[in-house]
Amino acid sequence: MTQYDTPGRSVTAPGTAPPESGPEPPDPGPEQAAADQAPPLGLHTEPSDKDLLAARLVPARHPGQWLSAGVVLVLFAMLVHTVVANHRFQWPVVGDYFLRGSIMHGLELTLWLTAAVMATGYLLGIGIAAMRLSGNPVLRGLSFGYVWLIRSVPPLVQLLFWYELASLYPRLSVGIPFGPEFADFRTAHLFSGILAAYVGLSLDVAAFAGEIVRGGILAVDPGQREAARALGLGEGRIFRRIVLPQAMPAIVPASGNLLIGMLKATSIVSVIAVQDLLYSTQLIYNQNFLIMPLLMVATLWYIVLTTLLSIGQFYVERYYARGRDRQGRPPARGLWQVARANIPLFGRVAGPGPVGL
Amino acid sequence: MAGGERPLVRVRGLRKSFGGNVVLDGVDLDVREGEVTVLLGPSGSGKSTLLRCVNHLETPDAGFVEIGGDIVGYHQNGARLHALRSRAVTRQRAQVGMVFQQFNLFPHMTLLENITEAPVAVRRLPRKQAAARARELLERVGLGSREDSYPRQLSGGQQQRVAIARALAMEPRLLLFDEPTSALDPELVGEVLAVIQDLALGGMTMIVVTHEIGFARKVADTVVFLDGGRIIESGPPADVLTDPRHERARSFLAAVL
Repeated sequence: MTQYDTPGRSVTAPGTAPPESGPEPPDPGPEQAAADQAPPLGLHTEPSDKDLLAARLVPARHPGQWLSAGVVLVLFAMLVHTVVANHRFQWPVVGDYFLRGSIMHGLELTLWLTAAVMATGYLLGIGIAAMRLSGNPVLRGLSFGYVWLIRSVPPLVQLLFWYELASLYPRLSVGIPFGPEFADFRTAHLFSGILAAYVGLSLDVAAFAGEIVRGGILAVDPGQREAARALGLGEGRIFRRIVLPQAMPAIVPASGNLLIGMLKATSIVSVIAVQDLLYSTQLIYNQNFLIMPLLMVATLWYIVLTTLLSIGQFYVERYYARGRDRQGRPPARGLWQVARANIPLFGRVAGPGPVGL
Repeated sequence: MAGGERPLVRVRGLRKSFGGNVVLDGVDLDVREGEVTVLLGPSGSGKSTLLRCVNHLETPDAGFVEIGGDIVGYHQNGARLHALRSRAVTRQRAQVGMVFQQFNLFPHMTLLENITEAPVAVRRLPRKQAAARARELLERVGLGSREDSYPRQLSGGQQQRVAIARALAMEPRLLLFDEPTSALDPELVGEVLAVIQDLALGGMTMIVVTHEIGFARKVADTVVFLDGGRIIESGPPADVLTDPRHERARSFLAAVL
């Protein structure tokens, strides 16, 4: 290899080049010499550097990729066709109900329940992550136990538990632990369906959010915290200004996942008669038996909301990517370029392989 | 505080072990105001740990560090030393600047934000004033035009110079350098050492852990040689570096030079 790079060789060597002979690998030296004499390209002659430099680059062909893409596209077209052409989906009915008032109310409830649950869950989750990372063994153990318990119990069961709390604890009282009581009230009136849904789902999100936040915090270089300490910054400020922003790139994608999951998981509140998006459609189809079209109404709304949230996630991720590359700016790719790069139908843009968000 | 001759930094009987591994084994050290002390020694000799104890990033097992008459990390009350709460430790740390081997600039903040963060949060400087001061400091370390850059856009040497500016923005009484040039490409070492030398000429009190013997010879007032958690040699660079008495110091210098 080194000989190949040495210009001296090529100057002294001309004339000594032996005729190339078949598959036997020649010495690097004479090979270089042959190149300098630029013999005509042939089957058994070595190409010269000039020829190589002038050669056109031909990308590798991937017939398998074309074939598999073709098969997948045909299958996809068939799927779209059956959905659109099957009159049993009753698309006109879907259109009729899509913006109906009761559906809109259900949609509204789904939206704010998701927002409230996520906000509360993340506040608690940050606390749970902080407890788990603290030096206090009691807090650490408590946090671990909480996450273990909540992750073990299906959210539906948690929901029913809060809804039926009155059967376990008919009375709740405020007072000194194990001492006198100041006030008490009956729990039968405490947990309406909507409150049970809010509390149950929030506590569920808190456990998962806690783990996501903890993972993000652990991903931050400990030197960052140390440098901030050495500057005299307080622990709270270090967490807010130094650690959390750097944990965000690890936290955001997982949180986007959790948020979208929760948007749809709120539909389990229909079992305790909370009128969310899904339950609103159920109320209608229980009367008119147009089950499929009304489920399609709910489905389409969930798709719309998930799409909007995914777009939001893209911009949040781009914001937290600042300072991460050498140019210091987030990648200049807009949402449209990323979408295009991932949808083969529109043709690919710059760079090999799909472009990540 | 006692008379003018009392050293700014006094370390007495400092011990620290991690697990069963004794890293500092009774270290005494004085650093006078305006002096540059260079800590030398093989890796694992306790140099960095000593530095981190001065800043209370590590809590010593025994012994104490005193800066400007205050015990670091403790409050003296008769025969007892009460460990300070984190807020008070924070206040003490604000007087001591530290520059790390890996720079540890905040990657999500611009250079200006890196430098103004602590003065605004800790010294309560108005943001405008802090920014003006930060620009002066960036100018001083030769990066005047880069205030809106992010750390990752800079070379290692430039990043380390910003880290020095960030430490200076807190107007520290003492600056600690933990192998400031060890993570740098060889051709970038000079620019960082030049900034440190400049600070020495300006009368900044500094403790520098380094392997740059030439720098120690030129800039240090005192060279301290650590081995196995003890100080085995200490004095002016002319003595310690040219004619070390201790065998370990001699073999280390022979290996490094």
